[in-house]
Amino acid sequence: MNPVVMSLTLRGLLGRRRAVLLVLLPVLLIAMSGLLRWASGGDPVSTVHLMNDFALGTLLPLMCLLIGVGVIGTEIDDGSIVYLLAKPVPRRTIVWSKLAVAWGTAMVVAVLPIVAAVEISGDQDARLGLAYAATAALAALAYTAVFVALSVVTRNAVIIGLLYALLWETVLGGYVPGVRNVSVRQWALAAAERILGDRASVWGVTSEVSFTAALLLLAGTIIGAIVLAVRRLQTLRLTTGD
Amino acid sequence: MSTLVLDHVSRWYGNVVAANDVTMTIGPGVTGLLGPNGAGKSTLIAMMGGFLAPSAGTVTLDGTAVWRHPGIYRSVGLVPEAEAMYDMVTGWQFVLANARLHRLPDPKAAARAALETVDMMDAKDRDIATYSKGMKQRIKMATALVHDPAVLLLDEPFNGMDPRQRLHLMDLLRFLGEQGRTVLFSSHILEEVEEIAGTIEVLVAGRHAASGDFRRIRRLMTERPHQYTIRSSDDRRLAAAIIADGSADTVDLTSGDLAVQAPDLGVFVHALPRLARDSGIRLLEVSPADESLESVFAYLVAR
Repeated sequence: MNPVVMSLTLRGLLGRRRAVLLVLLPVLLIAMSGLLRWASGGDPVSTVHLMNDFALGTLLPLMCLLIGVGVIGTEIDDGSIVYLLAKPVPRRTIVWSKLAVAWGTAMVVAVLPIVAAVEISGDQDARLGLAYAATAALAALAYTAVFVALSVVTRNAVIIGLLYALLWETVLGGYVPGVRNVSVRQWALAAAERILGDRASVWGVTSEVSFTAALLLLAGTIIGAIVLAVRRLQTLRLTTGD
Repeated sequence: MSTLVLDHVSRWYGNVVAANDVTMTIGPGVTGLLGPNGAGKSTLIAMMGGFLAPSAGTVTLDGTAVWRHPGIYRSVGLVPEAEAMYDMVTGWQFVLANARLHRLPDPKAAARAALETVDMMDAKDRDIATYSKGMKQRIKMATALVHDPAVLLLDEPFNGMDPRQRLHLMDLLRFLGEQGRTVLFSSHILEEVEEIAGTIEVLVAGRHAASGDFRRIRRLMTERPHQYTIRSSDDRRLAAAIIADGSADTVDLTSGDLAVQAPDLGVFVHALPRLARDSGIRLLEVSPADESLESVFAYLVAR
């Protein structure tokens, strides 16, 4: 990893107006969890609903999309990535540096607020908080890596990422059973299911895949995304056309 | 001293050929890559800078292929056409970051030297977002010069500059060329190229149309009609003698002076003094009407 790439990336990510969303969305989640606490009186089952449907289903992929595109997609779009590429720095170092910033940011602005929201809306013995911390962290790692790779592969990363986050994970996952097996959210939920043990089924935290399979699938997705991002960055076509 | 060699380089995007079998050698000094918009200049520079794989042929820098060799950037500085930079940092921070990315032993000294070269020390602590276009261009130059590269590639560096900035950059490029660096810049504006480039490579519709200094390019095109404006003691009689001799196709007296169009430069310039002497006419002035790069260029494009 390269500290200069990381600091430029961080400033690029947080220095744009889009960064406001990285604050607004978590604030929205916290506000919703406060309302839920008031309405349900701290019932863990309603916490699970809020987490699965909104936090994991919509907020987390959206945040990771913003971050993944923000750390590299924007620079590729406007061409300023050329200042990093025209240096004797290995391309994999660039990808790792940007991914590290993206992961760190996702942990702070997405995973932490999710855990906070769990505690606000209702938990028991902090078990739910721990379970969703693990799940959100795993999902954030995978989503961010995928969206970073997507940003390198295509200039339409935002559109494709939105379609994936909203259609694939939310709508299709709700109606087509097979789709749920190929879903970062379901894989990550396996961790929560494991941590909650007996209480998982009581509170309605279930995953479509086994814990071991989920970890393997997540690891495979992350590694695949990184390899793809590095390879595509090595042959990134950088011309504005003549 | 470094040399970039393009050997039968072609690049196509689907059915569109952006560069067509281009072979050229770019050595120390200032070289201008001249061509109209859409001629493939940016494509060619992208390939020289290792940002685009040639579809066919090779681009080498001192014998090393540039594609997929980020190591070349130790000796190559690149000034991209795109204006985007890291807007949220100051000029100083950005140039310093570039120096650090090059792992220079003393990045601060290098950044200062580069900013001094482009005359941006006064404004170095302002955010890049607040810079004018010309200032951004100079910061771009500073990032390209910060590691003291032997090769400098500039894509349309004069775009958007006011005349004063343009002169400043011209002086800078000339100076860098005199230092023995290999400087290549692209432009579609003829005066810029004519002014500072020792060598000109003309690119038209993806093809390498001509190479050399601009007078040589001019001479290379022997099939091109050459025009002269002549003042003499008796234009009318001289016109008759020239047309009778056959060394010119067209004589024209309508503009007041005698305008002559000759198919062959060598034949005409030898015939003219002889014709004048034989007819007892005194030649007052003989000037080529179209030795400017502009007309050379217009001709190449039309061909």
